[in-house]
Amino acid sequence: MFADYSMSELGAIFAMQGFAGLILFSVFVLMALGLAIIFGQMGVINMAHGEFMILGAYVTYLVSNFFAAFLPGIFGIYFFIAMGLAFVVSGGLGLFIEWAMIRHLYKRPLDTLLATWGLSLILQQLYRSIFGAREVGVTIPDWMMGSLPLTDLIEVPINGIFVMVLAVGISVAVYVMMFRSGWGKQVRAINQNRVMAGAVGINTEWTDRLTFGIGCGVAGVAGSAFTMIGSTGPTAGQLYIVDTFLVVVFGGAASLLGTIASAFSISQAQSIMEFFLSGSMAKVLTLLTVVGILMLRPQGLFALKLRK
Amino acid sequence: MTDESSKKPNQSQSTGMNRRAVLAGGTALTASLFMPKNLMAADYPTAEVNTTGLAVTDDTVTIGILHSITGTMAISETGSVQAEKLAIDQINAQGGILGRKIEYIQEDGASDWPTFAEKAKKLLVNDKVASVMGCWTSASRKAVLPVFEQYNGFLYYPTFYEGLEQSPNVIYTGQEATQQIIAGLDWVSETKGAKTFYLLGSDYIWPRTSNKIARKHIENFLGAKVVGEEYYPLGHTQFNSVINKIRLKKPDVIYAIVVGGSNVAFYKQLKAAGIDMTKEDPIVLTISVTEDEIRGIGGENIEGAYACMKYFQSLTNENNMEFVKSFKEMWGDDMVIGDVTQAAYLGPWLWKAAVEKAGSFDVDKVRAATPGIELGTAPEGYVKVHDNHHLWSKTRVGLAKADGQYDVVYETAELVEPDPFPEGYQ
Repeated sequence: MFADYSMSELGAIFAMQGFAGLILFSVFVLMALGLAIIFGQMGVINMAHGEFMILGAYVTYLVSNFFAAFLPGIFGIYFFIAMGLAFVVSGGLGLFIEWAMIRHLYKRPLDTLLATWGLSLILQQLYRSIFGAREVGVTIPDWMMGSLPLTDLIEVPINGIFVMVLAVGISVAVYVMMFRSGWGKQVRAINQNRVMAGAVGINTEWTDRLTFGIGCGVAGVAGSAFTMIGSTGPTAGQLYIVDTFLVVVFGGAASLLGTIASAFSISQAQSIMEFFLSGSMAKVLTLLTVVGILMLRPQGLFALKLRK
Repeated sequence: MTDESSKKPNQSQSTGMNRRAVLAGGTALTASLFMPKNLMAADYPTAEVNTTGLAVTDDTVTIGILHSITGTMAISETGSVQAEKLAIDQINAQGGILGRKIEYIQEDGASDWPTFAEKAKKLLVNDKVASVMGCWTSASRKAVLPVFEQYNGFLYYPTFYEGLEQSPNVIYTGQEATQQIIAGLDWVSETKGAKTFYLLGSDYIWPRTSNKIARKHIENFLGAKVVGEEYYPLGHTQFNSVINKIRLKKPDVIYAIVVGGSNVAFYKQLKAAGIDMTKEDPIVLTISVTEDEIRGIGGENIEGAYACMKYFQSLTNENNMEFVKSFKEMWGDDMVIGDVTQAAYLGPWLWKAAVEKAGSFDVDKVRAATPGIELGTAPEGYVKVHDNHHLWSKTRVGLAKADGQYDVVYETAELVEPDPFPEGYQ
């Protein structure tokens, strides 16, 4: 299939294809980090994860409209403010949901699955009632659209670079919080032994709430970033949820490093296969591979060593 | 209600239908010519215009509206509901149909195909509606089709679709595939000299059937080449790989039939990848992006692409100016009107014309009167119902502008004949 092309063309395509894989990787990392925190550390299967993401996207939409109307002079930087707000709003809703719903269900993990699924339906209908059933168009600042021409053939999309930088930034932030902060220590302690953690004076309730809130907040930031590459509508969150769970489960539920490793392998596999096969077939093969590996290794790529 | 209808609400519907059909046979096509503008109900006694127990009283007639107003398809179907309600309001303001005001019962298909079938049955069996405006996706239409055929309902279906269907109980007010595809390909081949095409679509029946027809036409009739054909799952949001492939193949035309949320992702990523559609290198030609979809995509992200439709909001004929004005008055200034919305608007009007021609609400008589119905007042211009229950209509090509509207750059000189079972394209 490459006979018709010159070496320089092939080189350029491989470079761009590699970059496409990296962008996909960043997207997966952004999607999955919030869920990995909640699912991995608390064991809550948050089916409404996609809706928390879309909440972030809607916040971005509102902020962009606000800037266009009142502060057109600094429209170019609204996106950073929008992302901050998205974190606060999604995280705030997360705190509230944890207080109102999730905390009553910690002992019943399967019920959280149903409850959060119901929550996702409620949120979807809420978005539909507030913003209308149609997708909204989020105007992206000009400097973020378009591409950087590196050579004649190689062009790198700027929003792709932006998503990559963001993914790295948030991963580092989550890592620092998890492994270098007091909160992270408490979360890990609770994850290992909830009763004992409580006995040594850790406020397990508040830590749980904060964890859930931070996970949701990260989802909101991801949703905000995705307005650059995807759609913003009441049900757009559903587009991400399957891939998100795939990445988290494949990586090993309790491991953040596993999530990143799994995002990397799935994205590269999918992106390479998409290039050589048709889109649907690439997806089928990716899923088959993941299913195959999970059958051999049900705990995922990386798992905590537990005494059983 | 007539004695006829009140006597047998519980009777088995299918056998009842047969008997009614026999009763109805004699009086078809009575008052069809030289109809006065305002018909008085008194001239049309209920017992005569409704011999099959439909929901018709001395001054009202009830129809059904069956679309998704919740779930994923609500995005698309909202416009159709709005257009249908506008048409009903306007017909009522003119005095209704056979002197009877139209009332409607709206049901929500909830983007779920079995729900569509269940609601269709409810509308036909419990509510006894005289006709139904509804459905959007082919899947929902296929789900309600057996219901409409069993209970002899009458459905006006607004969406452009893949063809390969013709039911005595459905009027298709949108284009079947060949009406939308062939003229557009001819246009891009003649005026732009396109020689190579890259076909791209979401992975379900409509894009696949449409691309099949497109491929046959490109290869057999235009003598051009298809350099790639690809499908992505519904909801796919990452198109960087296929964009790289397109760069490698350097086609003259990207023929895109991507739908839903994927649409937004595709055009945003195409633009971000540095493919400037306004330079027409390559040309992007789509049959799945109406003004409605552009609202989600953002006009600046699709500026320069061409769409092949039968209707654009920017059409400047008088019918359309009036239609756009009334639509915005009723639903708000920020509304946009896409191809399907206009086709949905035709439904109640076509039904009105057929009922008046038949002089009856009975489905069998309306069906018999329907072929040949002409509508000079359609926003898209003049349309006519073909014997195969599809519409003759023009095909147009629009150039997307940054403000989210299309400039009409081409329209066929004649109405294009609907051909749901195209020979040589199967």
